[in-house]
Amino acid sequence: MPAIETVQLEKSYTVGFWRKRRVAGLKPLNLSVESGEVFGYLGPNGAGKTTTLKLLMGLIFPTGGSARILGMEIADPRMKSLIGFLPEQPYFYDYLTASELLEYYAQLSGVSGRERTPRVRQALALVGMTESARTQLRKLSKGMLQRVGIAQAILHDPKVVFLDEPMSGLDPLGRREVRDLIQTLKDEGKTVFFSTHILSDAEALCDRVAILHKGELHGVGAVEDLTARTESKVEILFHGLEAITLLSALGAECHATGETVRAVIAESRQDAALDTLRQQGARLISLTPVRATLEDYFIERLGEKVEAGR
Amino acid sequence: MNRISAVASNTFREAVRDRVLYNLIFFALLLVGAALLFGQISIGIQRIVLINLGLTAISIFGVVIAIFIGIGLVSKEMEKKTLYTILSRPVRRWEFIVGKFGGLAWTLVVNTFFMAVGFFAALLFLAHRFERADGWLLVAIYFIILEFVVVTALALLFSTFSSPVLSAVLALALFVIGTFAEDLRAFAAMSQGATRALATLAAYVVPNFASLNVISSVAHGQPIAASLILYNTVYSLLYAGAAVCGAILVFEYRNLK
Repeated sequence: MPAIETVQLEKSYTVGFWRKRRVAGLKPLNLSVESGEVFGYLGPNGAGKTTTLKLLMGLIFPTGGSARILGMEIADPRMKSLIGFLPEQPYFYDYLTASELLEYYAQLSGVSGRERTPRVRQALALVGMTESARTQLRKLSKGMLQRVGIAQAILHDPKVVFLDEPMSGLDPLGRREVRDLIQTLKDEGKTVFFSTHILSDAEALCDRVAILHKGELHGVGAVEDLTARTESKVEILFHGLEAITLLSALGAECHATGETVRAVIAESRQDAALDTLRQQGARLISLTPVRATLEDYFIERLGEKVEAGR
Repeated sequence: MNRISAVASNTFREAVRDRVLYNLIFFALLLVGAALLFGQISIGIQRIVLINLGLTAISIFGVVIAIFIGIGLVSKEMEKKTLYTILSRPVRRWEFIVGKFGGLAWTLVVNTFFMAVGFFAALLFLAHRFERADGWLLVAIYFIILEFVVVTALALLFSTFSSPVLSAVLALALFVIGTFAEDLRAFAAMSQGATRALATLAAYVVPNFASLNVISSVAHGQPIAASLILYNTVYSLLYAGAAVCGAILVFEYRNLK
């Protein structure tokens, strides 16, 4: 049984005052996330990531299709006690302290009175907020609020954790801690579904990713499988500025630093590039294969769509 | 039940930690104190002036608190997106609405208690002792609380579908019209045709706050009929219940921004 499953899940909005028209926030989405997976939901801003999460959390209602989490319908309140959710740029009741807020959420999640305080302490310790437990939230920095947000999402020991842009607002150290935390959740056997537009985070953490653009799914798979689909490239380092024009004509991206030129070109044009360098009398320094990244795949796929749309 | 009480106690805590609330209570007590002074210059009717002004102050400031906190009960949570982390938990939407209503109603009961203590202290200061008829003052205060319950429910209802400003205008307008509900009924009785039908409809739809206002009677030491106490209790609870049900109905189908 998949941890998360959507079937033709769809959301559209009516816009305009006089001349009303329908705008798709999320086009029919079929997605399946297995138990214990760390699943990255990627896409540029406005792609429909948050809309999907809001649909799964029951904050907005779908205009079509359905979704199940842990085999239960998304409207089923029993399911909600088995999931945790961190919204994007979370805002909490700022008149409460961090521990008061978590006590409140624990109560709403059905954590028993006896278990509540130890759970709150544990969650705060896990996100490094023990010392600020009694500070009112209005006095905390954005990064600290994000930590509190993560604490409330995992407080009740959920089976599936949804994180909407969890690295947002965090400094490099905080981002590293969140990465470690997601890894810990995975080690505990939890399913983590997180949205991000920072591809390096997804590449480092995810078993599988889905790429969304303008409300439409553009690819799902393991990071290695997706990146393997992009054209391989090589990096050529050489001395000889006069070869730049010809290499650029072959489609290379060239950057010169003093006499040294760094050119990145498709592997299929490697021989042509080397011939050109030889003819121009340039001195080859090195030739290295470049590993395709998720970013390359992302740009390639979305770039294609933009071109096709013109 | 546990979830409803959690939402209610958090609503209570939010109100208690809001400075605006203390300002309003302070002004209400100040007005009760001012009533003492007015009493001094109203020879022979000091008691009546104090009771009229004191209870009116409690009523008006309570209604202001009910409206200004009530209109933000749901819309503020939607605006600030604090609802995201509530509704993604096993909290049903109706539980949230009932909890919010209960929390504010309880806040108003506690406020009224403190304002009533101030009022009775002023009365004792003026008269040096309580009279048997002063017991009816408690009934008047009970009716004021019923009035708050209805206003809170209305503010909550408006809060589920309109902006805070529009909610405040609507709630305040209904409060003012409801205060003259008896006049509206008299007008309906005198009218004819479509005007009569419309005025009758309006008279029965708007909350009858006139019936809850017995301040003038108790100021003159007149007793309140048990049937009126029963009627007002049932009427207010049914009216507030209907408004809360309306709020639940609207909120159940709302997409959050």
